[in-house]
Amino acid sequence: MSTAESLPAEAAAGRRLTIAKAMSEAIAQEMERDPAVLVMGEDIGRLGGVFGTTTGLLDRFGPERVRDTPISETAFIGAAVGLAAAGMRPVVELMFVDFFGVCMDAIYNLAAKQAYFSGGQVACPLVLMTSVGGGYGDAGQHSQCLYATFGHLPGLKVVTPSNAYDAKGMMTAAIRDPNPVIFMFHKALQGMGWLGTVPGSIAAVPREAYTVDLGRAAVVREGRDVTLVGLGATTHHGLDAAAELEGEGISAEVIDLRSIAPLDRETVIASVAKTGRLVVADDDYRSCGVAAEVIASVCEDGRAKLAAPPRRVTFPDVPVPFSPALEHPLLPSAAKMAAAARALVGEREPA
Amino acid sequence: MPATRNDQRLWMYQTMVKSRAFEAAIKPAYFEGKLPAFNMANGPIPGEMHLSDGQEPCAVGVCVHLQPGDAVTATHRPHHVAIAKGVDLQAMAAEIFGKRAGLSGGRGGHMHLFDAKVNFCCSGIIAEGMGPAVGAALAARLQGRDGVAVSFIGEGAANQGAFHEALNLAAVWKVPAVFVIEDNAWGISVPKRACTAVARNSDRAAAYGMPGVHVEGNDPDAVCTAAGEAIARARAGEGPTLIEVETTRLEGHFMGDAEGYRPKGEVEALKARDPIPAYRRRLEQDGIEAGLLDRLEAEAKGEVDAAFAFARSTPYPAAEEAFAHVYR
Repeated sequence: MSTAESLPAEAAAGRRLTIAKAMSEAIAQEMERDPAVLVMGEDIGRLGGVFGTTTGLLDRFGPERVRDTPISETAFIGAAVGLAAAGMRPVVELMFVDFFGVCMDAIYNLAAKQAYFSGGQVACPLVLMTSVGGGYGDAGQHSQCLYATFGHLPGLKVVTPSNAYDAKGMMTAAIRDPNPVIFMFHKALQGMGWLGTVPGSIAAVPREAYTVDLGRAAVVREGRDVTLVGLGATTHHGLDAAAELEGEGISAEVIDLRSIAPLDRETVIASVAKTGRLVVADDDYRSCGVAAEVIASVCEDGRAKLAAPPRRVTFPDVPVPFSPALEHPLLPSAAKMAAAARALVGEREPA
Repeated sequence: MPATRNDQRLWMYQTMVKSRAFEAAIKPAYFEGKLPAFNMANGPIPGEMHLSDGQEPCAVGVCVHLQPGDAVTATHRPHHVAIAKGVDLQAMAAEIFGKRAGLSGGRGGHMHLFDAKVNFCCSGIIAEGMGPAVGAALAARLQGRDGVAVSFIGEGAANQGAFHEALNLAAVWKVPAVFVIEDNAWGISVPKRACTAVARNSDRAAAYGMPGVHVEGNDPDAVCTAAGEAIARARAGEGPTLIEVETTRLEGHFMGDAEGYRPKGEVEALKARDPIPAYRRRLEQDGIEAGLLDRLEAEAKGEVDAAFAFARSTPYPAAEEAFAHVYR
């Protein structure tokens, strides 16, 4: 089932969940199905995760399989690698992606290289779920996205869902995957009572377990004139921009990348081959980022003939500031994506 | 306290000899193509090479108690531990030569040896193996096995954050793990006393509510006794132990290290109390026949010779094999 169907259509009917509830439901179902699955992290037990990712799991599965950890990311992510090597399937929470600085060694030198340095002898079926994104005044140690930081490193799969349907299916797929998967969930989409939530992230979610393939982008809206690419929160900016552009007679196609590594270049290239114009939004820092990688991939491939130079709508190369007066103008938005699309459509094809 | 059994002592002796023979075989191979001008990139074994000469008692005294299902994580100086844990000698030698038949097909090299059959791995980052050992130990408990995990580290690793985090986690979860510090007194060029606030890292165990044991003399029997108790405690569900073993680094930090930082005469003095001939003398004093020890030595050296002959003759991987196993 594709997100194109699920986003607007399925949301109209059936049981609607937030991404937080979809994630905890996926984890619970996998714990039920496979005794090797366990959950570890800070405040994931009685509290159920600061972002609601493990709600109800402690009562259901007990403290041996739902383990509150000390504030020791190096130790417990390292331990997760050892558990994974021994045939367990740890789901570990790094509360904010910004905290990667205290534990990156365990992620990129251990988890990401276990399969390679063992020549395929030892797997690392580990899910590291972590919150990303700003826009709510938490400043630059709790508001970054850092997609590219992780997407750059071979051996990791890096995904980020834009809606609850994908979140459940991708979490189920991530837990069943034999590789380390960095599962980034965006705070603006999570559905916490204490933080605003983009309505489009709440979606109809089947009760039964299902998977959404990791590494596949989704065309979430079809169009002819311009391709708007986003991921996580910026997917919704793209959808809002497309709705705005429709009123002006510009038909925009919207792609939700869903996965940063592997990156589904084919889906983007096929779309741009049709539209000839490309805008990529990314709320991570600008330079060496996912947006740059998407644009480079399209240009390098050459099959898509561009009618205008592609554009990026990103957070600039500035640490995320605290004051809303400073932060908000820097964030990608539907208006910025629409403006970029208008500019491209207005540009003439080279003679 | 039970005396170390004769079969254990003979295994320890033979394994120490095998490990030393392995390092001895590396030496000439490593310098091939690197003389007269030393360039680490050249020769059949490129890159850094950290030899374990002198540290064999740490490895054999611990691994004599382990089964293949028990997990071991080791360091950038891993050969003695790998050999004591039973890592396939031919595949290990082939890996060090960068060959397709190596443990990981030439992807890891000497600092990244994995042998899943005997649950061995090592890494080039200081104290990095301690977290995975906590996880391996927890896995054994969750899976209902009586397995233990042992993490070997150097004394310099005791100043890493990972050391302290992992000890606390192991203790708070009471997992069946043993942490073994090989104290060779040198962190590359800096002596232990210049960078470690306590004389004995085993004292740091008190901070984590676990037993801390200090073993002197670079003596396989003493290591065997201390490790035996710690591993028995772990298997019985009584939690982790920290052991620090005083040992000696008879070679440089890496091959090609000019060791200008070492006091004059230190290496000679350490070589005069080389643990392998010392152990042989003790075994003979205890009535083990010299002929038996000779046979064990010959057998070990023969195994090493065969492994190196294999490593040299077996083919290199094709360039495109670099792209395999990024994911599983």
